[in-house]
Amino acid sequence: MSVEINVTGEVVTAYLKGELDHHTAKGMRETIDSAVDLNMPSLLILDFKGITFMDSSGIGLVMGRYRNLLKSGAELHIMGASPQIHKMMKLAGIEKLAKLEGR
Amino acid sequence: MQVKNKFSMKLMSCSANEGFARACVSAFAAQLDPTIDEISDIKTAVSEAVTNCIVHAYRDAIGIIYITAELLESNSIRIKIKDKGCGIENIEKAMEPLYTSLGGERAGLGFAVMQSFMDNVKVTSQKGKGTTVTMIKNIGCRFRVNVRG
Repeated sequence: MSVEINVTGEVVTAYLKGELDHHTAKGMRETIDSAVDLNMPSLLILDFKGITFMDSSGIGLVMGRYRNLLKSGAELHIMGASPQIHKMMKLAGIEKLAKLEGR
Repeated sequence: MQVKNKFSMKLMSCSANEGFARACVSAFAAQLDPTIDEISDIKTAVSEAVTNCIVHAYRDAIGIIYITAELLESNSIRIKIKDKGCGIENIEKAMEPLYTSLGGERAGLGFAVMQSFMDNVKVTSQKGKGTTVTMIKNIGCRFRVNVRG
């Protein structure tokens, strides 16, 4: 499990890697939140290309980041979701909260 | 339904065991020659059920999670995940999508994901005694339909 953060202007991109479950979500969440607090972006991109497994803890992570961004009005984009991750995002109605792009 | 093969395991309700539990069950299910998508569905459903044991059933303590998987003659896998934790007071409510008793970072989708990714999900629970989730996944249905059709 790891998260790589890239900051370009007002855009923070978090590249998520490995397995995303209840056990690993906490560390990922903390890394993303501290990058957002530090850089105050207008857009946060969560890139799931490097995620090899995800359960509904990943949905909790997306929903939690969406709620945090509401305070500043920043946008949230999801990139690189595999068909399996896409299936779960659609089940949760994530496309209503964030722009969703597959692999 | 005739059982072809079976395994059981007990593990402590540590979150580090979530990955271990789903890897074990999916490795066992591999005997049915599932597709990558079918294996992924099984891994996800097991992960949801085991996480429920950790975050709900044994929320204040470490308990034991009991997992049994059976390969059936019908080319299905039946997975039973049981805990002796706090139990669910209202199963119907707990199974509603987006309902969570914990809030915060939990999406409230555990049972919805199990139901959507598996072919059959049954939940029995007794308050103060524990919960058992039984799930069935039929493997290779599309292939058998094609052969017949």
